[in-house]
Amino acid sequence: MPQERNPGTALRLDWFEGLRINTPASERRAASLPARRSLKKEWQAAWLLNAVRCIDLTTLSGDDTEDRVARLCAKARAPIEAGQLAALGVEGLTTGAVCVYPTMVAAAKRALVGSGVPVASVATGFPAGLMPLDLRLAEIRFALEQGADEIDIVITRAHVLRGNWPALYDELCAMREACGTALMKAILATGELKTLENVAKASHVAMQAGADFIKTSTGKEPVNATLPVSLTMLRTIRDYHDQTGFAVGFKPAGGLRTAKDALNWQILMREELGRDWLRPDLFRIGASSLLGDIERQISHHVTGRYAASHRLAAG
Amino acid sequence: MPSIGEIMESMEYGPSTEDAGAVRDWLAARGSFGHFIAGRFTKPGETFATRDPSTGVELAQISQGTERDVAKAVRAARRAARGWGAMAGHDRARFLYAIARTIQKRERFLSVLETLDNGKPIRESRDIDVPLVVRHFYHHAGWAEIAASEFPGHAPLGVCGQIIPWNFPLLMLAWKVAPALAAGNTVVLKPAEFTPLTALAFAEICAHVGLPAGVVNIVTGDGETGAALVAAPVDKIAFTGSTEVGRGIARALAGTGRKLTLELGGKSPFVVMADADLDAAVEGVVDSIWFNQGQVCCAGSRILVAESVAERFETLLRRRMEKLRVGPPLDKSTDIGAIVDPVQKDRILSILAEATGAGAELVGGAARQGCFIEPGYLKNIAPANPGIRQEIFGPIATLSTFRTPDEAVDLANNTVYGLAASVWSESATVATDLAGRVKAGVVWVNCANVFDASAPFGGVRDSGYGREGGREGMLDYLAAPAVDILRDPPPAAISPAPQGQAGDGEGIDRTVKLYIGGAQKRPDGGASYLAQDELIPIGSRKDIRNAVEAAQAGLGKWQGLGGHGRAQVLYFLAENLALRRSEFAGYASGDEVEAAIRRCFFYAGFADKFDGASIAAKPGHLTHVQHEPHGVMGVVAPNAAPLAALMALLIPAIAMGNAVVAVPSQDQPMAALTLAQVLACSDVPAGVVNIVTGPREDLGRALAGHDGVNAIWQVGQGETRLAIERAAAETLIPVWSPEPRDWTGPAAQGRGFLRAAVRTKTIWLPFGALPAGTGSAAY
Repeated sequence: MPQERNPGTALRLDWFEGLRINTPASERRAASLPARRSLKKEWQAAWLLNAVRCIDLTTLSGDDTEDRVARLCAKARAPIEAGQLAALGVEGLTTGAVCVYPTMVAAAKRALVGSGVPVASVATGFPAGLMPLDLRLAEIRFALEQGADEIDIVITRAHVLRGNWPALYDELCAMREACGTALMKAILATGELKTLENVAKASHVAMQAGADFIKTSTGKEPVNATLPVSLTMLRTIRDYHDQTGFAVGFKPAGGLRTAKDALNWQILMREELGRDWLRPDLFRIGASSLLGDIERQISHHVTGRYAASHRLAAG
Repeated sequence: MPSIGEIMESMEYGPSTEDAGAVRDWLAARGSFGHFIAGRFTKPGETFATRDPSTGVELAQISQGTERDVAKAVRAARRAARGWGAMAGHDRARFLYAIARTIQKRERFLSVLETLDNGKPIRESRDIDVPLVVRHFYHHAGWAEIAASEFPGHAPLGVCGQIIPWNFPLLMLAWKVAPALAAGNTVVLKPAEFTPLTALAFAEICAHVGLPAGVVNIVTGDGETGAALVAAPVDKIAFTGSTEVGRGIARALAGTGRKLTLELGGKSPFVVMADADLDAAVEGVVDSIWFNQGQVCCAGSRILVAESVAERFETLLRRRMEKLRVGPPLDKSTDIGAIVDPVQKDRILSILAEATGAGAELVGGAARQGCFIEPGYLKNIAPANPGIRQEIFGPIATLSTFRTPDEAVDLANNTVYGLAASVWSESATVATDLAGRVKAGVVWVNCANVFDASAPFGGVRDSGYGREGGREGMLDYLAAPAVDILRDPPPAAISPAPQGQAGDGEGIDRTVKLYIGGAQKRPDGGASYLAQDELIPIGSRKDIRNAVEAAQAGLGKWQGLGGHGRAQVLYFLAENLALRRSEFAGYASGDEVEAAIRRCFFYAGFADKFDGASIAAKPGHLTHVQHEPHGVMGVVAPNAAPLAALMALLIPAIAMGNAVVAVPSQDQPMAALTLAQVLACSDVPAGVVNIVTGPREDLGRALAGHDGVNAIWQVGQGETRLAIERAAAETLIPVWSPEPRDWTGPAAQGRGFLRAAVRTKTIWLPFGALPAGTGSAAY
């Protein structure tokens, strides 16, 4: 069921000023959670396929070319080999989106014609975000002109580190306005905000400014998505939902590489937010290499053997 | 089975059952178990069934240990004790290491066996119980290696009888067996009748590693077997279980001179301040009362939450509770498994019925088919409701509110128990203050149910005495260096109608009174007896009551002085004793006065040096083992050496911050009454020392029968010791009965006295500004 889009609110400092986060306790919860739930056999396969449909299959490299992007898009259309998918009784599985730089959006759109797979573009001076605001907004508009369906923006970390919430709120509102009808995912670059309280406060401001998703990382920070950081962000999504009734999505990025990671993050989503947050309209995984490991696990589930990577179609 | 597509829609977890094949094969191969005595299993005797509580299916037949079985096991342990105790620490360490390694290699088997027998979720036995068991044996392999140099002059106690409960069967075994063996004792252990299987598997491991025969003996059976072990000629009983049974054991051991440690029930407070991380605190509740089906003696079962955040906290708590999965214990996605036995399930439900009958509202907590109860909590519960007074020992917390920190402390301490407490606040200032104020042996700040082999665990009040784990735990399995025992002459009979000459008629008549609350008080009974040519007040229960109240009133100021402040008072006391030496003439020898002065100097020196420790329990945790004074101490002094002996006991007690009600030498009380005059002019605050003269056995019994007394030292032997220890068995006041000795000599002072004057509180404080991988020292 499609959720009503988060319109944002006025800046409400009182929703997060008294917020307290005990880091060791968050770590403890994050560490014990994957041990509290176990998925085997069909259930494991189903949850892995669900992860696939939530993946924003990503390439964000300096050496990206249009052909490379087209190859990635082919993988996004058919992430799991058709025969194996048929063996599992599932049809029409695609990834959640493809995520590229603005200059690669047009190529991606061409490659994905008719697939229904949306194209997400990073923007706003990704990954550092330290460009003049008008240029960052112009970049959003450029990506939209190129056909992007979703925009992954980065925030100005300095505003968080300096506790300048009005400045953060204002820039995010401007970005949201520039995004128009395209989904806005706000990348917090949590590895540079460092403390969980910074992460939580930035999350609140992003949601109040109308973000459709809050996203952990660019994939370029020294530390990307971790379970404790994700736990913190999910709890702010819960609190925002309690306050406003609007459901904001979550996108961990850059830290998920194995099928086990994919299961752990989904368990986290289910336990902290509930089943609704396991659909691609509220959950995306920003990843490039994760899909390969999931393919191997699915292949093992279907064939009973572990596949060598050369047996799986490249992305 | 649902299709993959259907699962992708429901996103349910599905079954994930741990394979129990190897354990079932092991059980089938044995069928019925005897006891493990002198290194081998006996032939099964009269047996009973142990069952999987989640299904009711029988797992094995277990022998009911008889008095004769227990006697045989104790003899085997006694035979082995000499060799094991004399063995080099290094060699004992090798055995403990081998046990640790073998358990580690068989962790899966033991986890599954524990879950089958007990009903706890496999996640808990696999991730918590068994790793802690391993940790205990590793840690104590270390103590075995270094005990000779770390505890010079100490000796093993001999044979230890150990009785353990069913909630953490293998872990409680490890807590008991590892330190006992490390210290050079041999053991006879009785596992709980509901859960004997992992102890029997442990017996096989002992045999496998070649542990000398008789060092570990395991006798299975019910409470009668336990009673036989308590009655057997062992040197120590270590018991973990209910307060009622603990009392019975204390009663049985009264006057025997056998050591006793008791880890009993609890109703531990879980205090959530307004500035707490509420999500963290909710998760703490999950780790407390919704851990192990709530069958946890130290579970934070009384949730106290600041009114200003109570509504949000309850919303979060309830949501989290609804996510918990009650189900088959072997399923890896189960949070709440089976209650250990239908008897326990009924017991839990009957307390809940009483609680709701008395007006509390139960949220969740529904009984399910079989041995299952859903997690829940009682709200709108009055402080007198049985649901908040009694230990429920099931997955049901109580939820109530407080307004201010002082009220939080009052409510937290409003219980007969004192095992553990959990305090949640992001302010280090507030959290550490509350940690100091709660009456408990273990305090978890911003965490719950964290354990480690190096961290002493144990309680106060009706939660028992003694510590398990770390250095403190080792000392409870060691005999202090021996002293030369001097017989203390038994006191003469007391008569309120004394015969004989009371004075020579010269001078002004001398008035001797009791010394209570810094003032001279006439005895409540208005009677006197003749001693040392004076009419000495005959103190009574009421005088003891008044003295205890005076002591309680004096505690705050005395403890507030700190070690340095108390040291100054003790030096001043020494100074005044020296000045008033002549006043003791005829009542105490010059040697005694000299010894009294030395005690003051010695313990003044120690007042700011007998410190606790910060221990290296776990990375990311500041773990502080704090020495706390007991509070009000009763001191029943020997009959001989009326000044030196009293001072040898009194001064270490007050140096550590206790207030004392002293019963001085019955036959020679004048030294103590003279001392009272010196105390009064030496800045010793009112109530810190109170002196009640009279029949020492009666007064000792009155002290032991007063719940406001927190510890007793008594030097009486025979009947006196029996009477006092028996009375203290009812109140569960710890009694230390040091042997009578030369009270003027060096054996009359030292760390042993200080250790007995305090008890430890272990405070856990996890730290970490940043999450993992970002450079925090915590990870």
